[in-house]
Amino acid sequence: MMPASGYALAPAGPQAARLAHVFWVFFAVALVVYLVVVALLLLGVLRPGAAAVDEPARLRLVAVGGVLTAFTLIGLLVVSVRGGHELNPMRGAKDVLTVQVIGRQWWWELHYPGTAPDQEVVTANELHVPVGRPVLLQLVSRDVIHSFWVPELHGKRDLIPGHDSTTYIQADRPGVFRGQCAEFCGTQHAQMGFLVIAEPEDSFQRWLAVQRRPAPPQQELGAQARRGQQLFQRGTCVMCHRVAGTQAGATMGPDLTHVASRTTLAAGSLPNVREHLRRWVADAQSVKPGSHMPPTPLSATDQDDLVTYLEALR
Amino acid sequence: MNEALAATWSPGRGLSAWLREVRHTEIGKRFVVTAFLFFAAGGIEALLMRLQLSRPASGTVGPDLYNRLFTTHGSTMMFLFAVPVMQGVGTFTVPLMLGARNLAFPRLSAYSYYVYVVGGLLLYAGFSLRAGPDAGWFAYTPLSGPAFSPGKRMDVWAQMITFTELSALATAVNLIVTIFKLRAPGMSITRMPLLVWAFLVVAFMIVFAMPAVVVASSCLALDRLVGTHFFNHAEGGDHLLWQHMFWFFAHPEVYIIFLPGLGMISAILPAFTRRRVLGYDVVVLATVTTGFVAFGVWVHHMFAAGLPQLGDSYFTASSLIITIPTGLQIFCWLATLWRAPLRFATPLLFVLGFFVTFVVGGLTGVMLAAVPLDLQVHDTMFVVAHLHYVLIGGAVFPLLGGVYYWFPKATGRMLNERAGKVSFWLTLIGFNATFFPLHMLGLHGMPRRVYTYLPGSGWHHLNLFSTVCAGVLGLGILITFVNVVASRARGRRAEANPWEADSLEWAVPSPPPPYNFAEIPTVGSRAPLWEEPSSRGVVTGLATDQREVVVTTLLDAAPDHRTILAGPSIWPLFAAAVTGVGFIVSMFTPWGLPMAVALGVPVMVGWFWPKGKPTPLHAEQPGTKAA
Repeated sequence: MMPASGYALAPAGPQAARLAHVFWVFFAVALVVYLVVVALLLLGVLRPGAAAVDEPARLRLVAVGGVLTAFTLIGLLVVSVRGGHELNPMRGAKDVLTVQVIGRQWWWELHYPGTAPDQEVVTANELHVPVGRPVLLQLVSRDVIHSFWVPELHGKRDLIPGHDSTTYIQADRPGVFRGQCAEFCGTQHAQMGFLVIAEPEDSFQRWLAVQRRPAPPQQELGAQARRGQQLFQRGTCVMCHRVAGTQAGATMGPDLTHVASRTTLAAGSLPNVREHLRRWVADAQSVKPGSHMPPTPLSATDQDDLVTYLEALR
Repeated sequence: MNEALAATWSPGRGLSAWLREVRHTEIGKRFVVTAFLFFAAGGIEALLMRLQLSRPASGTVGPDLYNRLFTTHGSTMMFLFAVPVMQGVGTFTVPLMLGARNLAFPRLSAYSYYVYVVGGLLLYAGFSLRAGPDAGWFAYTPLSGPAFSPGKRMDVWAQMITFTELSALATAVNLIVTIFKLRAPGMSITRMPLLVWAFLVVAFMIVFAMPAVVVASSCLALDRLVGTHFFNHAEGGDHLLWQHMFWFFAHPEVYIIFLPGLGMISAILPAFTRRRVLGYDVVVLATVTTGFVAFGVWVHHMFAAGLPQLGDSYFTASSLIITIPTGLQIFCWLATLWRAPLRFATPLLFVLGFFVTFVVGGLTGVMLAAVPLDLQVHDTMFVVAHLHYVLIGGAVFPLLGGVYYWFPKATGRMLNERAGKVSFWLTLIGFNATFFPLHMLGLHGMPRRVYTYLPGSGWHHLNLFSTVCAGVLGLGILITFVNVVASRARGRRAEANPWEADSLEWAVPSPPPPYNFAEIPTVGSRAPLWEEPSSRGVVTGLATDQREVVVTTLLDAAPDHRTILAGPSIWPLFAAAVTGVGFIVSMFTPWGLPMAVALGVPVMVGWFWPKGKPTPLHAEQPGTKAA
C-alpha cells in the first residue's frame, strides 16, 4: 500500500492529536468571530437609515469589541502555549528508538544505529517504526534545507545544514503514513516523499533483523541476477550506490542492499514493481526530471538482468 | 493668475518633457500603471501554475519552469506590484490630500520610478532568457547560494530586490518630508486624512525594514560573487541569519502593503456613507501601533526551524497582539457603516468585499501565530490561502476600490459603473472559490511550491475546482483593466468632486492642473470640503513665476517659510540608468560598483547644477485670507 497524502486532522500519534485539538479550538473561535463580523456588516448595511450618529455610544461599543478581542486572544494564547508544551511528552522516556534522518536532494537517508558498526541499518525513504514506542529522530541535512513532515504523526521540523536537531514521533496504531519534504529544496522538491511504516514490535524487529543482513552472496543468485550484478558493478551504478556485502560501497545515492524490500521507488513517487524499476533505471529523468540519477542506456536483455539482480536484493 | 501658474508649473511638451516629468500626479500614475502591468504578468504566471496543478502528474509545466514561475510570481507580486502600486497611490494622493503643489523632492520621485522600472525589467529580462530566479521569493540559503544555484538566476533576484528597495526608500523619504512639512496651513497633524496617516506610518516602516533586506541580499550577492561566507555554515556562516534578516524585512513588508489598503478604506468610506469615519483617534493609534508591532512578529515564519520554545511563545503572543489594532479599525468601520445612508457605487462594493475576504485571512493569521497549529499548516497550501486572503482581501480589494474612486481625479473621466459591478462580483466570487479550497488541501497534506502530485493523493478535485475559479477571478480583474482603457478614452467626464467626498484632492479640477491648487487652501477641520464654503480660506502671497510653496510646522501646520521646489529634469533618468549599470554589472564583476560611482559623480553634478540666476524672494509676505 502506498498512501499518496496525509491528513493533519486524522492523527495517528500523540503529537498530531494535540495539534488537531489546538486546530479545532482555534477553528471554532475563528468561525464564531467571522460570523459575528459578517452579521454586523450585513445588519448594518442592509438596513440603511439616516439616523443621527451617537458617536460616543458607538465608540464605547468599539471599545467593548476591542476588549473582547483581547480576552479571546489571551485565551487562544493559553491554548497555544499549552499545546506547544505538550508536544514533547516522551522527553526522558525510556525504551526510545533512535533513528538518524538525513535529508538529501531529493530523497531521505535513514540510519538505524546498531551495537556494532556492521549492525547499523542504512535504508532510504521508508521509516519503519514500532507501534506505541517513542522514536527519537536526529534530523540532519548535508545539502539544502529540508523539512520533515508526516501530517498524521507530527508537525514539521526543518533540517537545516549546520543546525542538527531532534524531534520525537510516536505511532499509536499500525499503518502506513505519508511523509513529504515541506521546505522548498530545489528542482524535485515536489517528489521528495517518504513513508512511515508503523508495525507491531515483533514484526518491526523481524524487519530490522532482515535489514541488518548483507546482500545475498553471489553463489545464491540465479544466473540472470549474477549477470545483473556484473553489470551493476562494472557500470555506473556502483559510482553512487552501496550494496552491503559487495564491492559497491558508494554513498551518493540510496543504499540498495535491500531495495527490493521497499514499497516505493524514487522517494515515494512510484510503487516498487518490476516495470517501474526498469523505467527508473533506464531513464530516471523521465520520472523525476532534474534528479541526480542519470539515465542508464542498456540493451533490453541487460536491463532485464540488472532489474532481476535488484529484485533479488530483498 | 492661473495662466502664470500654469506657465511656471507645466512641464512643456514632447518626448523630452515626458522624460523630464516631475509632477507627482504624473509619476504617481506611471507607478500605478506600471505596477498593474506587472500585476497582470504575475497573474498570468499564477494561471499557468494553476493549470499545471489542475490534475495530478500533469506535464503542462515542468519542474524547472514551475519553480521559476512561482519565484517570479511571488517576487513580482511583492516587489513589482504591491509595494510600488502603494508608492504610486501615495505619490498621487498625498500632496493633493495635503493641499500641496508637489512632493517635497520632485526629482527624487522621478528617480524612484525609473529605478523601479529598471529592477522590473531586469527580472523579466532574466525570466525570458531562462535566467530567471528559481529558489523562491524568500531565497533561502543554501539553496540560493553559490553551491546550489550556479549561474546568474539568483543574482538577478538579489539585484532586483536592491532596485525595488532603493525605489521604496526614496519614495518613503519623500513622503515623510512632504507629510511633515508641506501640509496646507491649519492641517494640524490631528486633522490629517487617515490615508495620509497610513502612508506616514508605512514610510517609516520602509525606512526601518528595507535596509535589512538590502543588507541580506547584498550579503548573498557577495557570497555568490566574491566568495564571502555569510551563509556558509562550514565556514562559520549561518543559514538562520538569512532567515532572520529576510523575515525582519518581509513581515513588516506585509503591513507596508496592507496599511495603505486600510487607509484607502478610511478614505473611501466617508463619501459613500456620508459621514466621517468614527473613531479618528482609534484608527490613527491603531495604524501607528501596527507599524511598531509589525517589527516584532517575524519569527512566526520560522517556527518549524526549531528555535527555543520561550522565543516561540513570545512571537506567538506578539503575532496575536497585532490582531487587536486591526480589529479595532474594523470595528470602527463597522460602526461607521452601521445604518448609514449608503450609496452602493463600485468603490464601496470593493470595501465591503474587503470585510468578507480579509477577515478570513486575519483569522487564519491568528491560527498561524499559534506554534502547534503552524507546525502542521506551515509551508502548505493552507498558507497559500491565508496569504492571498490577507494580501488580495486586505490590499487588492481596497486598491481596486481606490482605482474606481480616484480614477476620475486622475483622468478626468468616470469608470463605467456597470462594468465595475460585474468586475466586483466576478472578482469576489472567483477569489473566494479559488483560494478557499486551498485551506482544505493544506490540511490534507499538500505542500506549497510543488509542481506535481500523485494521482492517489485525493487532491485533484479541489485543485481542478480552484483552477477553474482562478479563471473567473482573472476575468473579473480583466474587466476592470478593459474598463480602465475604454473609460479613459470615452468615459463620462468627471467634475471636481463626483463622489461628494470630504478631502482636499476633490477641491481641484479633474484631472488636476500642473500646479494642483490655484490657491493653497487653509484647513480648519478633518473634513475640509464638508465645511461651509464661507469658513474656508486660502494662502496669499506666493509667487506665481516660480515654483514657490509654503512650508508649515510639523505639528500645527502653521505657515513657517517659503521654499522653491525643483522643476523638471532629465538627470533622475540618467541617475537611474547609472544605478542600473552599477547593479547589473556587479552581477558579473565587483568592478560594477566603482564603475557606478565613477559614472555617478558627473550625473550628481548635473542633477544639482544651479540653473539660471538666483532670484530673490519677493517682498510680499505670505498670509491667509478668506476664500
